[in-house]
Amino acid sequence: MSLIEISVHFSTAMLSLTVVFAFIRLVRGPSLPDRVIALDLMTTVGIGIIAVYAISTDKPVFLDVAVILALVSFLGTIAFAYYLQKVTDIADLKGD
Amino acid sequence: MFQEAVCAIFLIVGSTFIFIAGLGMLRMPDLFMRMSASTKASTLGVGFLLTALAFKFTQLDIVSRAVAVIVFVILTAPVAAHMIGRAAYIAGVPLWYRSVIDELCGQYDRCDHRLGSIDIRTQDDERAEGDA
Repeated sequence: MSLIEISVHFSTAMLSLTVVFAFIRLVRGPSLPDRVIALDLMTTVGIGIIAVYAISTDKPVFLDVAVILALVSFLGTIAFAYYLQKVTDIADLKGD
Repeated sequence: MFQEAVCAIFLIVGSTFIFIAGLGMLRMPDLFMRMSASTKASTLGVGFLLTALAFKFTQLDIVSRAVAVIVFVILTAPVAAHMIGRAAYIAGVPLWYRSVIDELCGQYDRCDHRLGSIDIRTQDDERAEGDA
């Protein structure tokens, strides 16, 4: 077992645990923004998992997937923030 | 051999930072602390993991793509976190019950949500200043 294999195993375990933690927050999260930041963390961890997978399989092609995932996750978070703001505005209008 | 060692060290450090981010996401008591922990630590961790990838494949195209992803993540993660935090604060997500101070309280316009340094002193404060 080489040095890189050991560290790939270690980091795969760490990243999987992080996805589990974020998923617990996604299920439990008391408010909608909690769930949004849990999803955001999961996509960020996804970029890391893709990098680790590219190292372990020795195929650097997967880096293109990481580029696209970074772009899409940013757009998704911005869209969620916009939606949250719209919901608040509508609730304010109804409250008044 | 040197490349392998550096790659392994960056992998371990990066995944540890991401694990800390996940731990903060699970254990912190309110939304804003969770966001602070997860955004900062996970950005740093992903940066380390992509650096490990750049050390493993030392071709120019792979390294430049890895650097591009790192720069993009470092640029966009704070923007996304700020937008979510702002929307959540305006929506009235509560702070932790043991929070000491809310510096932003009363600084957002209630109608158009614009941030301004409005003077939020109460009448009691002005009266106290008048006495002194």
